[in-house]
Amino acid sequence: MKSFKYVVQDEVGLHARPAGLLVKEAGKSASSITIESKGKTADAKRLLAVMGLGVKKGDAITVTVEGSDEEAAAAALEAFCKANL
Amino acid sequence: MVVLKGKSVFHDVCMGKIVFYKRKERTIKRYKVEDTESELKRFREAKETALKQLQELYDKAVADVGEANAAIFEIHQMMLEDLDYVESIENIITSQQVNLEYAVGATSDNFSAMFSAMDDAYMQGRAADVKDVSERLLSVLGGEESNLNMLTEPSIIAADDLVPSETVQLDKSKVLGFIMQHGSTNSHTAILARSMGIPAIVSLGEDLTEECNGKTAIVDGFDGTVYIEPDEKTSAEMSKKMEQSRAHKEMLQELKGKENVTKDGRKVKIFANIGKTADLANVMANDAGGIGLFRSEFLYLENEDYPTEEQQFAAYKQAAETMAGKTVVIRTLDIGADKQADYFHLDKEENPALGYRAIRICLTRPEIFKTQLRALYRAAMFGNIAIMYPMITSVEEVRKIKAIEKEVKEELTKEGIPFKADIETGIMIETPAAALVSDELAKEVDFFSVGTNDLTQYTLAIDRQNQKLDEFYNPHHKAILKLIRLAADNAHAEGKWIGICGELGADTSLTEEFLRMGIDELSVSPSMVLEVRKKVRELDLSGV
Repeated sequence: MKSFKYVVQDEVGLHARPAGLLVKEAGKSASSITIESKGKTADAKRLLAVMGLGVKKGDAITVTVEGSDEEAAAAALEAFCKANL
Repeated sequence: MVVLKGKSVFHDVCMGKIVFYKRKERTIKRYKVEDTESELKRFREAKETALKQLQELYDKAVADVGEANAAIFEIHQMMLEDLDYVESIENIITSQQVNLEYAVGATSDNFSAMFSAMDDAYMQGRAADVKDVSERLLSVLGGEESNLNMLTEPSIIAADDLVPSETVQLDKSKVLGFIMQHGSTNSHTAILARSMGIPAIVSLGEDLTEECNGKTAIVDGFDGTVYIEPDEKTSAEMSKKMEQSRAHKEMLQELKGKENVTKDGRKVKIFANIGKTADLANVMANDAGGIGLFRSEFLYLENEDYPTEEQQFAAYKQAAETMAGKTVVIRTLDIGADKQADYFHLDKEENPALGYRAIRICLTRPEIFKTQLRALYRAAMFGNIAIMYPMITSVEEVRKIKAIEKEVKEELTKEGIPFKADIETGIMIETPAAALVSDELAKEVDFFSVGTNDLTQYTLAIDRQNQKLDEFYNPHHKAILKLIRLAADNAHAEGKWIGICGELGADTSLTEEFLRMGIDELSVSPSMVLEVRKKVRELDLSGV
């Protein structure tokens, strides 16, 4: 299991477009991926659930990856967060 | 043949098929199904069709407005394929043994309720996306397709009335004319029709029904009549009228390249009003001397989110470059009142025309304003851009704007971003207050432009969206002409210029009076430029 923390910098938080990009990115991996924020957890491959977290600018998210490609997927997602969120 | 009478907003004739636009309101019935397997199959098929439609919309939007703006359709596709959404629908079908339509409706309600309950205003707005996606599924199931953004051939658009967020979806090249049940001659549909130079008739009443969808009609904008399924005699008469109208337009074309000068040698500038960069072609085609009003709010209305500095820069730069050194007056955002964009999250107001709009938003939310100013100063490098501020009522507002202008310029300088600092700035005279203190305002700005639509509404205390008041709405009222004259005298006393960019600018029955007041510029719909030029060239002001 791999996990990392990230604080969202995007002005409007994890709104539709960034959430969509994140879900797409997560979908590339075979591992199971969850996002936790403010005590709520969502499957990172489900857009409505991710949007339902209501992540705003300045909120911390914890991304947890578990599965065959967890190393690579976690690294890719972390890079994605830094570049897009 | 059915004959309907309404109020005409543009003098021309067109003939074509009617597409009746009905705002979607549906009632979903819930019923038991034994064969849930076939409901699930229907769901899979409908989902595939909806996904295909969204892909087509996405591709079209990428070509039209760029990838960032098209992203919303990709999000909709993802929502449609989202496992939570799909499983919810499938679950409802199998566990309750009910029909697919009901399952879609219930799922839509649940998810949109979830978003509506969130504490973030932006996320609350996403409830609309879930509903939109579900609506699409239901439309597919109902076999409906005709819609504003799905016009297949040039058509006459019929509706109760259209709001700006609906008219922006229209493929303008496929619109022959508008026929509206309601709406006033100053509604957005009316203004759009005038700017496109196509016939439109409003206030046709409830006799214009959905049944006319698909039928052939003739719209006679000269006398405000719509003929549905016209008989041969009418068709022949109207064809003749169309021919005459075409001949008149050709005659106007001969005025291209000619000066806007009266018989006694008085010159006036005739500029064009535009709402988007796509209108630039029309400006050139009609030989306008510049752009007197570029309504920047369309950049905001067409977007799902605040347009970025780069998006705005690209649009303004294109306008500046296309006009190649000719004046391009860009009005800063005039959102609020009847022009709403969801992401601004403006509160519902009792009295929106007198409410939180235009410069009032800019001065209280400077981050939005600054983004626009940055884009404008940068684009000014590429041509002759002037900035105009709407809804001004006092000198204090102008001073506040100047302070923000200064900050923006300092920031750009500090960041080493190239821009043009020295450009003309002006204000709209569209409140009686501005006209009355125009002596002081003239000292602060480079020019005035009279917005006659709002000036009339505010001076006469008449809501211009209220069709019941059309008979009281008299833009020729002496009070309005007095205010314009006052502003003109005050502008000239300070050596500044004054234009008119409202609908009145194109009212040729007033052209002479405006010229006598000394109005320097008339900015009109592109389709009216040559009409006004013709009027100017017929005038002789040497008498009296």
